[in-house]
Amino acid sequence: QGKFTLLRDTRTDGSFLVHHFLSFYLRAGCKVCFVALLQSFSHYSIVAQKLGVSLAAAKEQGQLVFLEGLKSCLDLLFGEEEQPGQPSPLQFLSGSASDLRALFDFVRVSLTPSAPDSWKGPVLLVDDLSVLLSLGAAPVAVLDFTHYCHMFVCCQLKGNVVVLVHSNEDSEDEENELVVTSLCHHSDLILWAEGLATGFCKDVHGQIKIIKRLSLRQAAEQDLVQIYQYKIQDRNVTFFARGLSAAVL
Amino acid sequence: QTSPTTHTKFGHYYDISKKMSPELCQSVKWHSFYLHEELSAEAGMRVWNMNSGYARLLQSIQRIISQEGFDGSDPQKKQRNVLRIGIQSLGSPLWGDDVCCSDAPEDPHSLTKFLYALRGLLRKSLSACIITVPAHLIQNKAIIERVTNLSDMVVGLESFIGSERETNPLYKDYHGLVHVRQIPRLNSLICDVSDTKDLAFRLKRKLFTIERLHLPPDLSGTVSRASKQELAGSTGLLSSGCGAVAMGNRHLDF
Repeated sequence: QGKFTLLRDTRTDGSFLVHHFLSFYLRAGCKVCFVALLQSFSHYSIVAQKLGVSLAAAKEQGQLVFLEGLKSCLDLLFGEEEQPGQPSPLQFLSGSASDLRALFDFVRVSLTPSAPDSWKGPVLLVDDLSVLLSLGAAPVAVLDFTHYCHMFVCCQLKGNVVVLVHSNEDSEDEENELVVTSLCHHSDLILWAEGLATGFCKDVHGQIKIIKRLSLRQAAEQDLVQIYQYKIQDRNVTFFARGLSAAVL
Repeated sequence: QTSPTTHTKFGHYYDISKKMSPELCQSVKWHSFYLHEELSAEAGMRVWNMNSGYARLLQSIQRIISQEGFDGSDPQKKQRNVLRIGIQSLGSPLWGDDVCCSDAPEDPHSLTKFLYALRGLLRKSLSACIITVPAHLIQNKAIIERVTNLSDMVVGLESFIGSERETNPLYKDYHGLVHVRQIPRLNSLICDVSDTKDLAFRLKRKLFTIERLHLPPDLSGTVSRASKQELAGSTGLLSSGCGAVAMGNRHLDF
């Protein structure tokens, strides 16, 4: 409870972790607010179905609040004038505001528990934060947004936050590296999916580093780091210790 | 070496020494957009906080999608076809963007905002888009990384012309290398990553072929293998395709 998890990928696509957390929390009965910036609803829906969860049903029951970034962007650009009481969550795109306050308000309204709600702890899921920088948000604005979400969801509501960012070694995207580094410092758990340094392999798609940031809560504690390798299949992902892929044994 | 049959399986034949026949163009419905011939800003166009060239291109595409029913708005339409969009030299000064001219462009986010909005349009309509970007001109590499992340499929073409590889006997049959930098992972947990990572292309008068690059047997004791690392300043064209339709074919014949 009250954990901020950072999903990070380097040289590979870490979105399988997003799909995992989405179906995991929905199956656990949590109320989920999913800020999906990069893909359409149908993409997540089809994958979730393979993992045994129906996003449409969850949305209908009010368990899932889904923000489809691509659609919001089009509504903002091509739609009619927005109502004064309902600003678009991606309002910063039109340049009228330089911060992500509208986006945070959307999250806040979605996850504030209302009376007849019977869902377990609230969860905020973001895929992915790096896109906000591409759309013109300043790194400070992005960090403010995550900070507000952290405080509101984790500390106030005792819920969980899971955020995906991309990062590359030798990346020249300094703004992105700044955001990633700062988020690493404030996360309770970091799941870092990396492509293998030796290049592509059919049986081992990558390695995942799991960093439990014990040093965040306790002064003298050391972070716990575990490394596994993984292979992604059609309906699940298998993890195994390094060098012990089924293909090798 | 690929077998001859794979050449005939995909692709279209063209002849780069001749122009397309007018009958071919007239029989197909097509639209064009040339920025410098567009009328000045239409009345009622909202401020988009984006390069006006890109903004107008987006409006044009959106208009075609909704008027021709590619967004599913016309269920009566008998023939369902895919709208194929081609955009040339995005990011170049021809579009009014200075991202190719300076390291600190005036609006570094215009290009990525355009791609994001285009992605939205493609996702909600029956369309596919292929874009070419002169990556060798863009000095701000952060923008290249962002453009890559916003695309479904990214293929880089690296020409040998002007590089030291032109005279390398290893590459004598080819004109350049093909780098598959990203492949689409849509509607699925896994993606179809091919085993081959070393591809080279050859541009002939009637065919554009992409083949696996094979190292010749190392027969001599003194021959050293050329390094396959990319040259940092090599000339290249980066083309990215954003599409509702995943393009997974390895051999592209144009």
